[in-house]
Amino acid sequence: MRSFIRANPTETKLFLVLVAICLFLSLASDSFLTLGNFASLLNNNSVNVIWAVGLLVVLIAGGIDISFAVAASVVQYLCVYAFEAIGGGNWVIGFLVAGALGIALGFINAALVHYFRIISIVVTIATFNAMFGLLMFITSGRYLYNLPEWWTDRVMIFETQTAGGWVELALPVAVMAGAMTATWFLIRHTTTGRQLFAFGDNPEGARRAGVNVGLMQFIAFGWMGLMAGIGGLIQANIVKEVVPNALIGRELEVLAAVVLGGARLGGGRGSVLGCFLGVLLVAVTQNGLNLLGVSPFAFKMVVGVIILIAISMSNLELDVLVKAVRGGR
Amino acid sequence: MKALYAWLDTELGSGAIGLVGFLLLVVMVFSLATPQFLTVANFGSMAFQLPELGLLTLAMLMPIISGGLNLAIVYTANISGLTLAWILNQNGGVDAGVPVFLLGSAAAVAVGALSGCVMGLVIAYVGAHPILVSLAMMIFLRGLGEFLTRGGDISGFPDFLHGIGHGFILGIPVPMVIFLIVALAWHVLLNRTRHGFSVFMVGSNVRAALYSGIHTKRTLTLIYTFSGAMCAIAGILMLTRFNSVRVGHGEALLLVTVLACFLGGVDPFGGFGRVAPVVLALGILQVLSSGLNLLGANQHLSTAVWGLFLIAVMILRWLAPDRRRV
Amino acid sequence: MGAMFQKDQGLDAGASVPAIRLSHVSKMFAGVVRALDDVSFEVGRGEIHCLAGENGSGKSTLIKIITGVYKPEPGAGMEYFGKAETSITPNSARGHGIAVIWQDLALFPEMTVAENIGFDTLLGSWPRLVSHRGIRETAQAALAKLGLDLDLEARLNTQPIAVRQVVAIARALVSDARLIFMDEPTASLTQAETDHLLAVVRTLSAAGVAVVFVSHRLAEVLEIASRVTVLRDGRLVGVYETQGMTQSRLTELMTGKTFDMVVGARDSSANRTVLEVKNLARQDEYEDVSLVIRAGEIIGLTGLIGAGRTELGHTLFGMTRPDRGTTCLDGEVLTMRSNRDAVAAGIAYVSEDRLALGLVQPQSIADNLVMPVLRKISGRGGLLSRRKKGDVVGKWLTDLAIKIGRSEDAVATLSGGNQQRVVLAKWLATEPKVLILDSPTVGVDVGARAGIYKIVRKLADQGLAILLISDEVPEVYFNTDRILHMAGGRLIGEYDPRRTTLHELEVAVYA
Repeated sequence: MRSFIRANPTETKLFLVLVAICLFLSLASDSFLTLGNFASLLNNNSVNVIWAVGLLVVLIAGGIDISFAVAASVVQYLCVYAFEAIGGGNWVIGFLVAGALGIALGFINAALVHYFRIISIVVTIATFNAMFGLLMFITSGRYLYNLPEWWTDRVMIFETQTAGGWVELALPVAVMAGAMTATWFLIRHTTTGRQLFAFGDNPEGARRAGVNVGLMQFIAFGWMGLMAGIGGLIQANIVKEVVPNALIGRELEVLAAVVLGGARLGGGRGSVLGCFLGVLLVAVTQNGLNLLGVSPFAFKMVVGVIILIAISMSNLELDVLVKAVRGGR
Repeated sequence: MKALYAWLDTELGSGAIGLVGFLLLVVMVFSLATPQFLTVANFGSMAFQLPELGLLTLAMLMPIISGGLNLAIVYTANISGLTLAWILNQNGGVDAGVPVFLLGSAAAVAVGALSGCVMGLVIAYVGAHPILVSLAMMIFLRGLGEFLTRGGDISGFPDFLHGIGHGFILGIPVPMVIFLIVALAWHVLLNRTRHGFSVFMVGSNVRAALYSGIHTKRTLTLIYTFSGAMCAIAGILMLTRFNSVRVGHGEALLLVTVLACFLGGVDPFGGFGRVAPVVLALGILQVLSSGLNLLGANQHLSTAVWGLFLIAVMILRWLAPDRRRV
Repeated sequence: MGAMFQKDQGLDAGASVPAIRLSHVSKMFAGVVRALDDVSFEVGRGEIHCLAGENGSGKSTLIKIITGVYKPEPGAGMEYFGKAETSITPNSARGHGIAVIWQDLALFPEMTVAENIGFDTLLGSWPRLVSHRGIRETAQAALAKLGLDLDLEARLNTQPIAVRQVVAIARALVSDARLIFMDEPTASLTQAETDHLLAVVRTLSAAGVAVVFVSHRLAEVLEIASRVTVLRDGRLVGVYETQGMTQSRLTELMTGKTFDMVVGARDSSANRTVLEVKNLARQDEYEDVSLVIRAGEIIGLTGLIGAGRTELGHTLFGMTRPDRGTTCLDGEVLTMRSNRDAVAAGIAYVSEDRLALGLVQPQSIADNLVMPVLRKISGRGGLLSRRKKGDVVGKWLTDLAIKIGRSEDAVATLSGGNQQRVVLAKWLATEPKVLILDSPTVGVDVGARAGIYKIVRKLADQGLAILLISDEVPEVYFNTDRILHMAGGRLIGEYDPRRTTLHELEVAVYA
């Protein structure tokens, strides 16, 4: 236990803050501390977590990607037409198609970063706008309602009735768990994952050691693309429609959550648990504010402040503060 | 002729010649593509639209040269605009007088500078990454703006503002005059002041700059403060042009400011960049946008074109890096 | 040092097949630059060998050819452990057991010690399962070969640089290295850490692993290596036994010049005091430091790394604040809250890290030169005056005889010696009263050093008070008026070069 805390200080701090907020909210509002509330929190934030673990891999490899929400929208749209062409489909086909399309879009980012040595923030700003503009132009912003039933039917994983009402966990939560497990396995237990850490930590050192740097970029952005596509697929399952400009804007919140969870823009650091806690922290805060009757317009303000505090805290370790006070170093 | 070329090259720097050439090329292409391009009306319209983007680009320019990024420029502009709107509305709304407008503008600039200052302080003294800090501020300002406006428009401003947003001075649109004056001031700030000098040094190697006696923390704080003030000017201008303020106005422009900077020869890793080529780049982008518009393409296609254009520019820079740098 | 280390012959280099044997190696760049010209090179198994030469002599090129990064010109003979190779790639070099530890170590600070040591087992483009226990065992085995024990689960960036060096060596051993090149391995180590490292090297040698040192620390090299190969301007000067070789003879071979090392000490006791420091102390860095520097005086501050010299220099320059004690300049007590205060008061500091801290490499020579004196080149309205800037730049380029192309060129285009002159010029432009030089000739060729020493003496003659910090004892011996010896954060000795011999001083410092 102690070695876990020593090895994962950020996640531990995050967990404690989360527990503190939960305690506060459970006292301030009756409806917070119910299984039903938690279950719906998980259901509604599963897409964010799926995207977060994809983004985590990119950050670990030292890059950044803000195009994944648009990529998810593109994949959603293409999937609708793809399933129509096949004449229906099912979840297996759904995952395969969405995953493949997402990976392909991710590979575009990887190619631009690797072959043309363009920094990833610029690449993904560009692909974000190229994809979004083309998507909106070609679709004219049209909503798609008539999705195949298998896609939009709510698939129950677990349900039980409690005194407070139904507690339901649906397919999105299972997919989220799967994405988290797969990512965790990739980064902690495969050689490729460890190479990603090394590459993000010291790209030149990795190159000299014989790491295939091109492969690193393609795996990192490819994994993000995979998660983007699957996230888009699941999102349509939740809201039962495809709206091309609905997902835009969430990329920055997901980035904020991943950074809250301990990933660093410089690469070489981050964990799946941290991502999960980061998304949860933001979600619980918003949920709490909602239950307390605070205006929804205030949510973003609070989130912004939380992120600012979190970044500042992770940069200002206590002993650094002490040294700074002592002697101007 | 050779001397003129050499002078232009040193003075404007970074392949400005190429940009002038490209600008003329794009103008030519669209003039041939549609008869409506080469008209006074069109040039007038472009001259009215460009300053908004231009001021935001100038706000982005200084942080990029220092090796950072300011993702909050659009929402800083809008929050500042909201400040002005609020002061106008509190003092008569449509009947507000010029002194109120001036007071409101000063307050707007103060608000913009303040939010930039907060960012700058966190970046300088806490050492946090500019992308994350400006991201946090962006989310916060957006939330603040939505909270104050409940997501809607604020309007009802005095008529004389029309003279600013849509008026002319000596035949040149007022916004363009403002933009050119501000751009000139920015050029002087960057190239002829101690602060500007420090911006370049900090962008290349902040620790070495510190050792050499540069007040790096003050420089960083000022960079984002100035950036915020510039956003405020953009916000004021947007208010006078559209006669209303909306929190999310101009969201899509964030990309374009980055694009204009890179097209204008700014080094993505920091330390190098000049105002004049960026202004030329803005001209090119505006011509592209207006031209596409006249050809019937809608807003979204422009966005896509800009994204693809940014990629093309970066690929070209990879193919032909600036020979002057090591 | 001195008599404490035995020269380790390792296995008799001539009796068995050598680790590598190169002959007729040449390398041209762009068909014009001759980086190597008909060089031969041989290292015996288990031998500790030194590769010596000035910057630009071809040492790195040779190593890169041996490790397959560059291809030699046709006609070269390359034998790896007896096996002749016609074409070498990085992978095949690794397969032969050749490893290079570059000065920047190329390690991964965020990963654990175990993962860093065992990193080569994590390579390969196809994903495989990672056995964390397997990595731990591999790391432990490698460390055992070195007779050392480290905290395997610690993140590398929590470990001091001496540990990181050991990790780099252990990592080379994991891939069964039989010949390890070490590039400037002791550059940032304290004496104790250097001793440990050299002990590690001797262990390797005893186990049959050959080690080739590339180092500027001639004294160390002569103690630990059995033979030294000297390169100059891409050609082989010769291969020499280190027994009986002296530093000055080695320097002569490396530069092709003889340097008359004359004691340059002067008597400045009559001059007025410029800088006076009383009982300066800073926790964990130095304690009870008092010294006086007079106008026109050059004071040397020497000692081993970790003695606190650079830390003291940082405090004198205002970058850190002392816990106790006073600093007086021209009789007035100074309180400095930052290095800007120090510069304003007239104290200048040339940092030991010229590449990363002394200069902003991508920016122009002119900009680097005027960086600390922006106020001086300001004109009307607080704006920078191009004319004044040109005047200042021109004056100092001439005064210090700095050879450049154009002043707008990036300072990175200059040689090490010329870069150091730019650094000096920059600080002299602030018209300082006190000039602190911290290891000013590191990475500067022996030939270019003489020029810098001349400038320093000329500055002293003009009335500057100069503090020369260096861990190269001969450098302070021949170029200063008084020498202060610092160890463990305290000043423990003061020497007059006219009354002490170099040997006595070296014994005192290295004892």
